[in-house]
Amino acid sequence: MKSLNQLTIKQASQLLAKKEITSVALTEACLKRIKEIDGKIKACLTVCEKEALAEAKKADERRAAGESGDLLGIPYFAKDNILTRGIKTTAASKILANYIAPYDATIIKKLKQAGAVLLGKTNLDEFAHGSSTENSAFGPTHNPWDLTRVPGGSSGGSAAAVASDMCLFALGTDTCGSIRYPAGFCGIVGLKPTYGRSSRFGLIAMTSSTDVPGPLAKTVEDAAIVLSVIAGVDENDATTVNQPHPNPLLSKERVNLKSMTIGLPKEYFTAGTDQGVTQAIEQAVATLKKLGVKFKSVSLPHTKYAIPVYYIITPSEISSNLARFDGIKYGLSAAPSLTSPARTSRERGNDLMSVYTRSRGKGFGPEAKRRIMLGTYALSAGYYDAYYLQAQKVRTQIKQEMDKVLQEVDCLLTPTAPHVAFKIGAPQSADPLKMYLEDIFMAGASLSGLPAMSIPCGFDNGLPVGMQLIGRRFDEAMLFRVGWAYEATTRWHLEKPGI
Amino acid sequence: MSLSQEEVKHIAELARLELTDQELEKYGGQLSAVLDYIDQLKEVDVEGVAPTAQVTGLENIWREDEIKSWPQHLVEAALSDAPAKEGRFIKVKRVIE
Repeated sequence: MKSLNQLTIKQASQLLAKKEITSVALTEACLKRIKEIDGKIKACLTVCEKEALAEAKKADERRAAGESGDLLGIPYFAKDNILTRGIKTTAASKILANYIAPYDATIIKKLKQAGAVLLGKTNLDEFAHGSSTENSAFGPTHNPWDLTRVPGGSSGGSAAAVASDMCLFALGTDTCGSIRYPAGFCGIVGLKPTYGRSSRFGLIAMTSSTDVPGPLAKTVEDAAIVLSVIAGVDENDATTVNQPHPNPLLSKERVNLKSMTIGLPKEYFTAGTDQGVTQAIEQAVATLKKLGVKFKSVSLPHTKYAIPVYYIITPSEISSNLARFDGIKYGLSAAPSLTSPARTSRERGNDLMSVYTRSRGKGFGPEAKRRIMLGTYALSAGYYDAYYLQAQKVRTQIKQEMDKVLQEVDCLLTPTAPHVAFKIGAPQSADPLKMYLEDIFMAGASLSGLPAMSIPCGFDNGLPVGMQLIGRRFDEAMLFRVGWAYEATTRWHLEKPGI
Repeated sequence: MSLSQEEVKHIAELARLELTDQELEKYGGQLSAVLDYIDQLKEVDVEGVAPTAQVTGLENIWREDEIKSWPQHLVEAALSDAPAKEGRFIKVKRVIE
C-alpha cells in the first residue's frame, strides 16, 4: 500500500469516511515526508507541526461526532503570501520576515471550517514576482524531478510540495501563471479560477486586477473538490461574483466529451516551443480526439501584446500595492540611530522620509524594486497615457478577442510553457525581460480573467510537460470535465519523481 | 528608450526607495530594456476602444460602513507588528520640522 501522504484527496477522504485511517496518521505521514526530503527541495518556509497535529486531532473528533466532508482532516500547504492568523506570513520577503497576521485570509477560514489541516507555508518568488521561485529572499526551491532545476513560479514551493507528496494539496495564487506554470513544471494539476470566483481578502496584493487564489493538486478531481470549498462571494472582497459553482464530477455527464469542440489558438503554437513539448501536446490532442472531442483552429491575433500589456499593468498595480510597506505599521523598519553627529534630522537621515526610503531600500529584493520603479514610471505625470492607458485599451482588445473565440468553442487548449523546467541560474534568472517572456502562454487568460488549468500531459527528457485548458468566464466545470476525462484515459498524473 | 541616471534617481525617489549607485546603474539598464520591449504597444490601433480596469462587469458593490469591533487580543496582535509604539499608539517620526 502507498504511504498515506501519497494519497489523493479523494482516496484519503474515502478512507477517513470508512474510519480506516485517521487525520492524525495522515498528517504524521506528511510531516515525516517533509522531514525526509524538504532539506533538498526547500519548498517550505514554515512547518507548523504542533498546530497541524492539533488540528488533525480536532478533525478526527469532528468526524467521530458525525461530521463529514471531502476536506475534513486533509493536510495542505498555503503559499506564504496568504495570511494565516498566528502563523508567520513573509511573502518570501525580508521586509515581512517576521510578520504575523492577526487574521486569516477568507480562503484559509473556509478551509478551516471544512476541517482541512494546515501543515505550513510554502516558498515563492518575493511578493509572487517571478516565474522560477529564485526571487525568494530565503533561497530557491528545487524541482523534485531534478534538483538542479527550478520548480517554476511563483507558487513554486506549493507545486514542489504537492509533486513530492509532502501534502495532499496546496494553495497558490495566480496573477499571470503563478499556479499553472509551476504546476506544469512539476507534473501536477494547477487551477487558476475565474477572476472573482475565489476571494482575494487576506492575500498579500500584487496585481489586484488579475490576482486569484486557487488549488495545486494531484488530480483534476482534487482541484475541483478544493475549488468547491474556497469559491464564493465574500463581503470583504467586492470583486467576488455571485455565480453558482457546481462540481461537475459529482454527476455522470462528466465523461461525455462527444459534443465538445476545443479551440487550438494558432498564436500559441509557434516556432519558439520545444519539440518535445509540441509532441506531448499533439499526443494529448490525439487522445482527446479519440474521446470524441472535435478540434478547431482559432486565431487570437493580439496574443503577442499580452506580455507587454501585463508588464505595464502589473508593475503599476504593484507600485501602488507595495506602497503600504513603509517601515511604520509592520514589517522591517530601518529607522537610523539618533546618535549621529549631523545637525538636522534630515542630515542624520532621521526624518520620516528616510525611514520610508531606507526600510524599502533594505527590505525589498531586486525584482520587487524593479517592478515598483517600472510602475512608478508608467504612472508618473506625462507617461500615464502612453503606457498605462494604452495598455488598458489593448487589454480590452485581448479580452474581447478571447471572449469571442470562446463563443465558438467550449474551451481552448495550449501548452502551459514553451519548454520544460530550466536550470537554477539559467539565462532567464539574470535577465528580467527573458523571465517575463516565460509567461507568454499565461498572460491572455489572466488579463481576461478567464479560468485556466494546467494538466500533466507527458514528459520531455524526463521532465513533466503541462497542457493548459482555458475556459469561458465562470465555466471551470468545462475544464474539470475535459481534464477528468483526459486523466481517466492517461497515466501522466500518476507518474512520481524518484526522490 | 534609454533612461538617464538622473531619471532613474528621480523614479527611485518617487517610489521611496533608497538605492545604491550600483543598483541605480543596474536597474537603469534593465528598465530601459523592458521599456523598449513594451514600446511595441504603441503600434496597436486602439481608436474608440475603452480601457479595461476590471473584468467582472460588477458595478457599485455597496455595504454598510459599520465599525466592527475586534477583541482586545487581536487588537494587540495587530499592534504588536509595529516597530515602534507608545501605549496603544504607533510611533512615527516628526512630520513637521
